[in-house]
Amino acid sequence: MSTAMNTHDAHEAGAHHDEHHDTGSNTVFGFWLYLMTDCLLFASIFATYAVLFMNTAGGVSGKDIFDLELILAGTAALLFSSITYGFAMISAHRKNKAGTLGWLAVTFLFGACFIALEIYEFHHLIVNGHGPQASAFLSAFFTLVGTHGLHVTAGMIWMVILMIEVAKTGLTGRAITRISCLSLFWHFLDVVWICVFTVVYLMGAI
Amino acid sequence: MLTRILSKVALALMVGLLAGCQGGVLDPKGQVGIEEKQLIIVATLLMLLVVIPVIFMTLYFAWKYREGRDEIYEPKWSHSTKIETIVWAIPIVIVIVLGVITWKSTHALDPYKPLEHEKEHINVQVVSMNWKWLFIYPDLGIASVNELRFPANVPVAFSISSEGTMNSFFIPQLGSQIYSMAGMVTKLHLIANEPGTFDGISSNYSGGGFTGMKFKAIATETEADFDAWVEGVKAESIAGSINNGILDQASYEKLAEHDLDAHHHEPTPVQYYNSIKSSVFMDNVMKFMKDHGKVELLKGTVFDSKMIHDNSSHGHMDHGEMNHEEMNHSDMNHNESNHSSHDMHTEADK
Amino acid sequence: MSGFLGKLSWDALPYDPIVITTLCVVAVVGALVAFLVIKNNLLGVLWRDWLTSVDHKKLGIMYIVLALIMLMRGFADAIMMRLQLALATNGDPGYLPPHHYDQIFTAHGVIMIIFMAMPFMIGLMNIVVPLQIGARDVAFPFLNNLSFWLAASGAILVNISLGLGEFAKTGWVAYPPLAGLEYSPGVGVDYYIWALQISGIGTTLTAVNFLATVFKMRAPGMKLMDMPIFTWTCTWANILIAASFPILTAVLAMLTLDRYLDFHFFTNDGGGNSMMYINLFWAWGHPEVYILVLPAFGIFSEIVSTFTGKRLFGYKSMVWATASISILGFIVWLHHFFTMGSSANVNAFFGIMTMIIAVPTGVKLFNWLFTMYRGRLRITVPVLWTLGFMVTFTIGGMTGVLLAVPGADYVLHNSLFLIAHFHNTIIGGAVFGYLAGFAFWFPKAMGFHLNVKLGKAAFWCWLVGFFLAFMPLYVLGFLGMTRRLNHTDNPDWNIWLYIALVGAIVIFAGIACQLLQLYVSFRDRKQNLDTTGDPWNGHTLEWSTASPPQFYNFAEVPVVSDIDAFTDMKEKGTAYQRKESYAPIHMPKNTSAGIIMGGLLTAFGFAMIWHIWWLAIASLVGTVVTFIVRAYTTDVDYYVQPDEVAQIENEHLDNVAKG
Repeated sequence: MSTAMNTHDAHEAGAHHDEHHDTGSNTVFGFWLYLMTDCLLFASIFATYAVLFMNTAGGVSGKDIFDLELILAGTAALLFSSITYGFAMISAHRKNKAGTLGWLAVTFLFGACFIALEIYEFHHLIVNGHGPQASAFLSAFFTLVGTHGLHVTAGMIWMVILMIEVAKTGLTGRAITRISCLSLFWHFLDVVWICVFTVVYLMGAI
Repeated sequence: MLTRILSKVALALMVGLLAGCQGGVLDPKGQVGIEEKQLIIVATLLMLLVVIPVIFMTLYFAWKYREGRDEIYEPKWSHSTKIETIVWAIPIVIVIVLGVITWKSTHALDPYKPLEHEKEHINVQVVSMNWKWLFIYPDLGIASVNELRFPANVPVAFSISSEGTMNSFFIPQLGSQIYSMAGMVTKLHLIANEPGTFDGISSNYSGGGFTGMKFKAIATETEADFDAWVEGVKAESIAGSINNGILDQASYEKLAEHDLDAHHHEPTPVQYYNSIKSSVFMDNVMKFMKDHGKVELLKGTVFDSKMIHDNSSHGHMDHGEMNHEEMNHSDMNHNESNHSSHDMHTEADK
Repeated sequence: MSGFLGKLSWDALPYDPIVITTLCVVAVVGALVAFLVIKNNLLGVLWRDWLTSVDHKKLGIMYIVLALIMLMRGFADAIMMRLQLALATNGDPGYLPPHHYDQIFTAHGVIMIIFMAMPFMIGLMNIVVPLQIGARDVAFPFLNNLSFWLAASGAILVNISLGLGEFAKTGWVAYPPLAGLEYSPGVGVDYYIWALQISGIGTTLTAVNFLATVFKMRAPGMKLMDMPIFTWTCTWANILIAASFPILTAVLAMLTLDRYLDFHFFTNDGGGNSMMYINLFWAWGHPEVYILVLPAFGIFSEIVSTFTGKRLFGYKSMVWATASISILGFIVWLHHFFTMGSSANVNAFFGIMTMIIAVPTGVKLFNWLFTMYRGRLRITVPVLWTLGFMVTFTIGGMTGVLLAVPGADYVLHNSLFLIAHFHNTIIGGAVFGYLAGFAFWFPKAMGFHLNVKLGKAAFWCWLVGFFLAFMPLYVLGFLGMTRRLNHTDNPDWNIWLYIALVGAIVIFAGIACQLLQLYVSFRDRKQNLDTTGDPWNGHTLEWSTASPPQFYNFAEVPVVSDIDAFTDMKEKGTAYQRKESYAPIHMPKNTSAGIIMGGLLTAFGFAMIWHIWWLAIASLVGTVVTFIVRAYTTDVDYYVQPDEVAQIENEHLDNVAKG
């Protein structure tokens, strides 16, 4: 175990001098590139939604089913979670382990609220016969919102694992790199959500 | 050297074909096809202006500057503003010329544009099914399967849809093809300049029986011949023909039946319907189209028309919007031609 | 029991004698390979040094092996189709009924594009790009290994479909509603979806990896505008991958939802819109062809400048031409369906945009010509491929521009003219390029030369075969023959169909020559070693390493001050300098996580195809857990000690001095 740690520490130490391996900055840059591909994935689903949102097959349209108050609550939870993640990031850079863990936990809770509200919304729609099978509009709606929800869920799982890592090994260089990547991911999902909120809910409810 | 000979043979073949071959798109028998053949020839010749010199230069330079010959050798020469300007300019000029030709010809040959002709066009509604073609003559009250008949020198306006999978309606010797898609109506205008029997095909693969999805397009010598055929179909007096009576929803659905699992698919024989339910084409388009948002457009929702306005003012970058524009294109035509059958469908979709 | 194995039952086994024979041959060859591996005690070597390797050079070689295997599979499909069409004339049904034939042309397209051309391109990129930019590896070596296994996973799924169930009968584009559940209820389209989805994600990861590598890990002094041209073209290809493959991922996911959960994206009923699929598919599909061909352009550029012993003419023009092709490549997708009924304005716009791509492409051709001008061209095998390409591709480009004219496309769309055109660009452009690159970099990757005679024979067979096989298709297109026909009954077409079959047989001779070339070259490798590492008097940094390159690539990271970095070093006399001492080199350790994840995802894809839900869940969870475990492994790297580096370097420099 100790030898493994030594190699690892050597890696961390060497990383700053030698730019020819998987250093933190490469990882963050690579992760940012991945986010760009994810952005295009969302763009494709958005485009599909834009084409299909009128195709309601004689069934409900957006303004019939959107509960804006509920969505607003979810949106607020997600936006707050971005702020609290910012605090976690600051704590991490200050090497404040307890602060990092605490803020990550708060972020997680906000994320969980968001997902809980989304599950409630989906469940409510499905039991009322407005499931994704009912029309092209609902297929596109569930897919767009659901893809975002899956991303948030994945982010939360990642958050838990990161918290375990930080709790066990402290704020190593690697952990901070990973917290930075998750930070990008989390804020990215926030931006995507703002688009979803505007295009799907606000424009759909008007 | 073999490449050179081969490419020359290939070019000679292509030129030879342009000069005379039978039965294909280079042997057009209709105005649209003739214009498209001319377009192909002009565009090809224009491009050969660059292509032939490039092929020649490739082989000549490779031969002239090969190792062992005592030619000038300039290993560090890698830039010449003059040459680079020229090599950008030549293709740009050719593409500009081609672009102008393209812009003009695309508008002139727009399949949706009715042909200018002294005679009234004949309306034919076309439905692709697995794996056959149904032709409905709404104004004449008859329909046929896998046989399309019309008089030569009279323009034909096709409204095209599909019962299931996507196909492409194509009579190579008459010119343009257009896709047939369920829940949508596309348009095509063709004319035969001389009488004859032409091959008609689906040129978009649509499943197991696709190969047999062929029909004969018969341009009769005179309008009287055509009228005689129409009367014959109505009177069920055409010798040896299969006549199915009326084309209504029930017989339409019977015709549309097919076996996906069959290992062999026999082509469907020619058959006629001596009368039709006049709305059968639009009924079957609407059974899918009613699920689209455009029905709301027909009801006159303000929201909808705003969307369309937005779309047409946008650029071409977003495929989603592109798609709207396309759908509008086909749907608009549907609106034009089907005001009358419309009320019925708004009821159906409630 | 039926629940336990989902839709899988004895009915899934093949009953077709052709398929059974194929499977027997595959089984015998597989058993032979396995026997040889075990007999020579190579299993451990294979596992430790190859399958679990994170070395970009070894991954590159594995990609190319995958590509060559899939080339044979795809070519078998091709020659079966040509044989069917040569036999099934005058109304004869031929020997392949539609349900079999339709799978073959679908598989041929999918395999050749996704599992032959892509791995070949990515393989060459893997071997060459890090070396050209003076890097010791890619940015994320483990991810690179994972990407390979995802590609292999997709390829394995396609091949399983041969023996279990069926492959898609939709054509390689899988347009709904034909590809929807209503018209394709079997597992064929599901094989298609999961094979493309899994390998596509691998491809996206590759692009991210190589973009990070190129932007963050170039040798000191190498500005972007100093990057070798092959690296540049690969970079643009990677940008295209990163921008277009997510669209494929999304559209396949939507098709999956339609088929598995009764969604209505592309169905006829429920308000679905199949045109949306077609738009999204080509928004990926068109950039995809540039992804294939741009790196090939880069290869030709390297070869022309190397074998003329000259700098590349118009380097900046080349870079900008590549950039404009990449960007324009994104706004032309509609030319794949001019016949869908778009307005004349829309069609004309997309037609003209497509033609504009001919401008930068033409510039590239002229730049290669002026690189030859006043050079000393050595007519080697890579140069033959290049010349063959320049002639062939020019014709393919011309027919492409013709198809871009909507008025012409209205009669040529979906005809064999189109088939001839894209084979003309993909074979004459991309495949000739990869084969040129294969001959060019083979000594670098493997350490010995390829047999020249057989290489030339292969080239001539391919070239002649290509013209014989595809020029008749142009003719048939003009004669009104459409694609994907199972049989014909027009006597005027017969002669052209026969010539095309002869062409396919000649290409087969070309492939046979290449396999023989590999065998002969491997057998005689001791006599044909490349000891200097610089067999062609190369311009770029990959030639400054040994052949095969040291596993750490560069003992000391080179400092670059010219586009032709290695030529510059040779001229300044700074190449091959012996160092007093070396610093320890930090290297990643091999890992089995990639192959485990690839295996689990293959199982996942298979389970999804056959609706074996427990296996799908188990394998997906297993994949995620493997990834997490890998992410938290700390024992992932080590240092190569200076004395080992010195020993390897001195040995190489001694060899160079001898050579």
